[in-house]
Amino acid sequence: MAENVLSAPPVQTEPEPTPERPNPWLRVARLFLRQREASIVVVAIALIIYFQFSNQAFLSTQNIRTLSQFVAATAIISAGEVMLLICGEIDLSVGQVYALAPFIMYFANQAGLPLLVGLILGLIVCALVGLFNGLITVMLKVPSFITTLGTLFLINGLTLTISQGFPVLTPSEGLINEILGHASYSEIIWAIAITIVMQVVLSWTRWGLHTVATGGNLLGASEVGVNVARIKIGNFMLCSVLGGFAGILEAFRITSIDPLAGGTDIMFMAVAGAVIGGTALTGGLGTIVGAFLGTLVLSILRDGFTLLGVSAFTFDIILGAAILVAMILNVRLRLWREAGRE
Amino acid sequence: MSESTTTEVIRTEGLVKRFGAVTALNGVSLYLRQGEVLGLVGDNGAGKSTLIKILTGFLQPDEGRIFIDGREVRLRSVSYARSLGIETVYQDLALVNELSVYHNMFLKRETLLNPLPLLNNWRMRRLAREYLESMGVNIPSVDTEVAQLSGGQRQSIAIARAVYSRARILLLDEPLAAMGAKEGSLIMNLIRTLKNEGQVSIIMIAHNYAQVLEICDRVNLLQHGRIALDKPAGQTSVEELTELVMREYRVGANQRQQPLAGR
Ligand SMILES: Nc1ncnc2c1ncn2[C@@H]1O[C@H](COP(=O)(O)OP(=O)(O)O)[C@@H](O)[C@H]1O
Ligand SMILES: [Mg+2]
Repeated sequence: MAENVLSAPPVQTEPEPTPERPNPWLRVARLFLRQREASIVVVAIALIIYFQFSNQAFLSTQNIRTLSQFVAATAIISAGEVMLLICGEIDLSVGQVYALAPFIMYFANQAGLPLLVGLILGLIVCALVGLFNGLITVMLKVPSFITTLGTLFLINGLTLTISQGFPVLTPSEGLINEILGHASYSEIIWAIAITIVMQVVLSWTRWGLHTVATGGNLLGASEVGVNVARIKIGNFMLCSVLGGFAGILEAFRITSIDPLAGGTDIMFMAVAGAVIGGTALTGGLGTIVGAFLGTLVLSILRDGFTLLGVSAFTFDIILGAAILVAMILNVRLRLWREAGRE
Repeated sequence: MSESTTTEVIRTEGLVKRFGAVTALNGVSLYLRQGEVLGLVGDNGAGKSTLIKILTGFLQPDEGRIFIDGREVRLRSVSYARSLGIETVYQDLALVNELSVYHNMFLKRETLLNPLPLLNNWRMRRLAREYLESMGVNIPSVDTEVAQLSGGQRQSIAIARAVYSRARILLLDEPLAAMGAKEGSLIMNLIRTLKNEGQVSIIMIAHNYAQVLEICDRVNLLQHGRIALDKPAGQTSVEELTELVMREYRVGANQRQQPLAGR
């Protein structure tokens, strides 16, 4: 090979980091802030300190358990939404799948099947819903915002029909129930495990790399040979399955199955958590760990304000404002970081 | 013709491609010989990129036949074309801004930590660094996100990616576009190096006729979805190519004016 055939003029990637007097604190702070999840960790810690000072009960065993329950189901859904958001799509129907899956499990169990088989059937149905969402979006080129808005109503109606609108008791098989959500902290352990596994999938597997490529440059990725349709459809299925699994865990925890569980509330919480955690709604960017932390922040806010005895109405106002502030900060910090490296 | 077939790496016969009402290619027959650099020129919208995308398996032709190494093939996917040794640098470069240089270089040809289904990032990083260094590509680090690179650096990465996978046939769609004189000459040097090594056969699209004539062995002019001219670079000139393209332009302008004039 010839020497220096291709040497283009080097581009500066970082601003001269204050050459004369490098303030070590500033540099550490900058390095930290360059991490995608950094800002959200700062916010979470600040909130924990604030609420602990306001009310000593905040870090009590009792409340930590409550907090973990707030976080768990939403964080699992959030992991699925991040994968979809990264490849440039969204699933609005995941909260309805969350309510449907435990009913499928329940009816399979009523029909004489073991609980675990029912659970798997429930997840298969979720995967089919995801497949449906994906096929309509990718093959018929309907924006996923619309596709999944349709399935949102469709699945909700389906769940209300098969349940006739009444909650039922979650079937009990002892150990299975304990492992799958009923034992204290078992739900949050699932959430953490799923977060770790999904983060590994995102950062360390072909699937994750191709998901980022699909969202970052759809045409380019397909020109290179990435099967973008498969990636998108697969992530729709993944998101639905995670949503259904979260619903099943929750059913085991609260020992009843409610046709009105989940819904748009939990879905929007999950999306908000993902975005607060650094996932771009425009695709190509995001982390699962960030989404977990974003969900944690939202849960801390909800739980903390409840402890402070803030009324539900006031709470919604504060929560809404907090989401806006967090998102504005997120966008600003990203712009700041990007400006910092040009 | 039949005796030359053995040295032809690509031959197309009557390629037709329509996009709705637009006929982008209307019977393109061309060939590329082993070790040759073929310059493909033509006005904007002449169908050059479409032709490249068919040869790389990204688009399927509506009609026509394709022969690779004298054997008829149906280039049904990018992966299949790649398995035949066809690599492409698209006009849009097909780089993912959000990914690092080495992830871009290994996109869709990742190395794994066998038997685990995990990416072997260390190996890909090292191989990318070594290879880019050996080619003299100057970038801050292979960990840099592609979004932060200059136009020339991005073009270099895209070409390096294509050549790295031992391409036998390299398709370059406007590798010199949107590039300063200095960066452009660096890319020209790279193409010249590849040509001298003689391992790859190249089809290169470009708008600068002087550059085309300088580096290519042969020139094809694409007009109205057909090959309107096929000459060795030594037997044509910037003037001839310019004249052919301009004449078409004038004819087109006259045709547009005629209905008005007739009224
Ligand atoms: N995906 C597409 N859909 C519709 N029309 C297209 C598409 N790709 C190319 N065309 C049309 O085909 C013609 C040839 O385009 P192209 O091959 O990009 O030309 P060139 O690269 O020579 O400038 C143009 O009229 C263009 O508008
Ligand atoms: Mg073009």
